[in-house]
Amino acid sequence: MEPYNEKVIENYANPKNVGKIENADGVGEVGNPVCGDIMRMYLKVENNKIVDAKFQTFGCGAAIASSSVSTEMIKNKTLEEALQITNKDVVNELGGLPPVKLHCSVLAEEAIRKAIADYYSKQGIMSRE
Amino acid sequence: MNQIYFDNSATTKLDEEVLKEMMPYLTEDYGNASSIYKLGRESRKAIEEARERIAKAIHAEPNEIYFTSGGSEADNTIIRGVAYQYKNKGNHIITSKIEHPAVLETCKQLEKEGFEVSYIGVDEKGRINLEELKNVIKPETILISIMFANNEIGTIQPVDEIGKIAKEHQIIFHTDAVQAVGTLDIDVKDMNIDSLSMSSHKFYGPKGIGALYVRKGIVFQKFMNGGHQERGKRAGTENTAAIVGMGKAIELAYEHVEEHRNHLKELRDYYISQIQERIPYIKINGEPENGLPGLSNISFRFIEGEGILLNLDLKGISASSGSACTSGSLDPSHVLLAIGLPHEIAHGSIRISMGKYNTKEEVDYLIEQMVEIVGRLRAMSPLYEKFLEEEKNGTI
Repeated sequence: MEPYNEKVIENYANPKNVGKIENADGVGEVGNPVCGDIMRMYLKVENNKIVDAKFQTFGCGAAIASSSVSTEMIKNKTLEEALQITNKDVVNELGGLPPVKLHCSVLAEEAIRKAIADYYSKQGIMSRE
Repeated sequence: MNQIYFDNSATTKLDEEVLKEMMPYLTEDYGNASSIYKLGRESRKAIEEARERIAKAIHAEPNEIYFTSGGSEADNTIIRGVAYQYKNKGNHIITSKIEHPAVLETCKQLEKEGFEVSYIGVDEKGRINLEELKNVIKPETILISIMFANNEIGTIQPVDEIGKIAKEHQIIFHTDAVQAVGTLDIDVKDMNIDSLSMSSHKFYGPKGIGALYVRKGIVFQKFMNGGHQERGKRAGTENTAAIVGMGKAIELAYEHVEEHRNHLKELRDYYISQIQERIPYIKINGEPENGLPGLSNISFRFIEGEGILLNLDLKGISASSGSACTSGSLDPSHVLLAIGLPHEIAHGSIRISMGKYNTKEEVDYLIEQMVEIVGRLRAMSPLYEKFLEEEKNGTI
């Protein structure tokens, strides 16, 4: 496997937004332990805007780094803006991932979508997925 | 930062005494061992001395030792060489599910070529089942290839019993002993081993050199075409310096082998006992008390091995993992799956392999870092949180 770049290393060494949000407005969990990756994302939403995001992740360095940057990326964004974020954006934010690790960025995109879908369903709004 | 090396099953640091013995052959004594003038004869003499040292270490004869580029080439050579040589006698090969890829992939290739391969299973400690071995033997069986000691969990196979069974049935018995040579006592005659692979860089010798022992009388087809080197079995100008280094390294290894084993075992047992005491929810894989003395493989539940490795690396520690993530495939180690570990536990396994240069101070540092890193990664693991909740609610 090709080595991780500095930005990825920084994000798994000192990940941002680790933990859970009590009484979160939206929670999304993706992945499964058999594959070695689980990502759970928590959102705090006010006036259609993500005011806080945290994560818990079981997974490799790339999964932790993807969780870290993706929670940073969605903070202070509207739900619509957050839904625009793709795994490519996560990879770009990380300055690239080794090819065998790209699925970790997909997991981050899915976690964001699932957490927002959870928010919508808790609000009684039909998911836009 | 000082690098602390706990991956001695992957490779070892070249011993300085070995390097010293190699140096003349990298500088002034550069002759081709096949040449008849003095420079060539010097190389030839050095090679034959190394061959004697290697033969002596495993109680073989010098003319039963063939130099190769390493363990993988030795495995490839003998498995294919025996299969092609004896294909008219039979087309069946027996191996185990926990072999090194050099054996497994060679067997898979032979399957494509029409050979039949039985992959026998192992118990939860990683030992092969001798009854199963006996049961799969049939008149067409020409080769049994079972490793001496496993590279991931350190389990040592009942080699002399396998040797007896193979001898009774007149089947050639090959053992990949890459992890065993230099640490364990090996007597190919007593143990009825017909063929054995070894690799120099696992016992503080140079990389790129290994050897294949093949008992006199066993014919095998050559792997490499070209010159007459290695009695026509392995063409190519000999790497004199590496061969000399390997000879010196194996001699040094067996001069102090008892001492070496005790040192490794002491450090390894200390590591395991401290981890057991300080970190809950772990599983010790293999059977350390009967396995390779320096190796430990521990699964840390709820977290993933690569995360541990990367964090250890940030602290200057080199180790290895059975997680899929380091290999680029999605499945965890075939060895950990073969001993029955569920995927999610196999993913969180860390191999620490001690070497002769490791000290207790280094192991203390490792233990402190492991406690801290495992704690930190568990704190961010959704699996750990679920587990704690379920435990609290009494659902488990």
